[in-house]
Amino acid sequence: MADGKTSSIRALGSRLLDRAEPLIKGVIYVSGWSSILFVAAIFFFIFKEAAPVLSSVDWGSFFFENRWIPNPADENKAPSYGAAGIIYGTFAITVVSMLIAMPLGLAAAVYISEFATGKTKEILKILVELLAAIPSIIWGFIGLVIMSPIIQWVFGVEVGVNLFNASLMVAFMAIPLIVSISEDSLRAVPDSYREAALALGASRWEMIYRVLFPAAKNGLLAAAMLGVGRAVGETMAVWMASGGTEQFGLLFDRVKAMTATIASEMKDTAHGDEHYQMLFVIGIVLLIICVIINVLSDLVIKGVKKKHS
Amino acid sequence: MDSSTTSQANPAGASAPEGAGQMSIRTRDVDLFYGDFQALFGVSVDIKPNIITSLIGPSGCGKTTLLRSFNRINERYGNVTTRGTIEILGKNIYDADVSLPELRKSVGMVFQRPNPLPISIYENIIFGLRSHTPKPELGRRGDLDDIVESALREVQLWEVTKNRLKDRATTLTLEQQQKLCIARLLPLKPQVILMDEPCSALDADGIERVEELISELRERFTIVMVTHNMGQAKRASDECIYMYLGKIIEHAPTAELFLNPREEQTAMYIEGRYG
Repeated sequence: MADGKTSSIRALGSRLLDRAEPLIKGVIYVSGWSSILFVAAIFFFIFKEAAPVLSSVDWGSFFFENRWIPNPADENKAPSYGAAGIIYGTFAITVVSMLIAMPLGLAAAVYISEFATGKTKEILKILVELLAAIPSIIWGFIGLVIMSPIIQWVFGVEVGVNLFNASLMVAFMAIPLIVSISEDSLRAVPDSYREAALALGASRWEMIYRVLFPAAKNGLLAAAMLGVGRAVGETMAVWMASGGTEQFGLLFDRVKAMTATIASEMKDTAHGDEHYQMLFVIGIVLLIICVIINVLSDLVIKGVKKKHS
Repeated sequence: MDSSTTSQANPAGASAPEGAGQMSIRTRDVDLFYGDFQALFGVSVDIKPNIITSLIGPSGCGKTTLLRSFNRINERYGNVTTRGTIEILGKNIYDADVSLPELRKSVGMVFQRPNPLPISIYENIIFGLRSHTPKPELGRRGDLDDIVESALREVQLWEVTKNRLKDRATTLTLEQQQKLCIARLLPLKPQVILMDEPCSALDADGIERVEELISELRERFTIVMVTHNMGQAKRASDECIYMYLGKIIEHAPTAELFLNPREEQTAMYIEGRYG
């Protein structure tokens, strides 16, 4: 009796499921395509906001002149939008932060994948993930309140919020990303390569740099590029720790990044005025840089997969 | 090295103690543990130079473990404890002053699946040399070219690879890859070559040709080979060691072991009644 009931309920359930199938299919289909739609919408919106000014932007001045004066003090003067110093700021923070993050991240990945065992390995992996979960505002806070006085004291410089500080914070944010992707790609190297190298009498270190690095090269490159993407796009920590002066600053000088410029100046603009539109132009440049980085790293990762299959 | 000792000349089997100097590998009371699990029990065996010795026995009997303790590659896993002594060419390789790179230079290894490194054919051959020779002494390009050529010639790979030395080694066929894995040991001039089922990934033709190659190499090296294939043990080896549950059951010249096994267990295994 009871058996009959459950089986009829089951039959009903499966019939309902059959009915629902096209609906479920539709939902999944739409979800899949929506991501494309969203990306397209983002491009459309950003371009739309900047559109009125795009034709009149002095691109020479924008890329090569460091004169970002959207609201000149002298009202008779025209505002100037030379963003070279700001673009330099983003570029400099990216380079310096990667110089810090890549060796450290790679070293940590090698340690986790090749040397740590058992509990140590598990704990380290969890800690790295935890590091990735720290919000960027916290890093900005650390840069501003903790790192800044330390930098002033250690290096004897006047200003603690500078290119170095911002790069350090961005490096800390990029390291977990670099570690986890590098570690994945090192772990994907077949163990037989390690045994082959060791059995030929290579030391562990030789095995790592002569066999593992070349074998995991594509994954390591992808990790680096995603790290670069992180550095280019980071806003909050960079805003708080970089000092916010658009100039071709050296390591201990204040700099200003593209992201931070948009975030900090948006409140000073009126919706739709020229300054507002120019901030969107910066946004477009940033977006294009990020897309290029993403596409490149995607191609590189695809290269990895092709070789493994 | 003295190459007069052949299997035919020594019908007594290697279990009978002989002059220690003549033995290539000599183990005494080797116990080996993976954590708490004991994989080898009191293994004492003498392996002669310039012959091929096969390690046979059912899966899990410890033959691969024994093989991998001859170049200490099994220590990679960290939880391995070895007791007893393994002397290779008169030196206990478990002594504190033994350098693993040096040990592995004189004890080469060929693996079950061909595992050429993901670099060029050329670089695969001189990989070991680069590890063992300081850069300034590595010699000129021409010297290296000669080394690569002669190593590849010895494994009959030169004709097929001479025009593609810069290609990735992984583009070769499995048979060629396995030959390359043998060839890359040669520049290091090892004394012992360990082979862990060297033909198990190959097709029938590949097996035949690699066996021929191994058989030619015996004149210059001590070869210890793990195999699951009774036919191969019979064809290709001069002496056989039958292992079961981590112990050496029987060690005798191949013909004797197959025709006239001393132990009943050995007889059952080679007749295919288990294993």
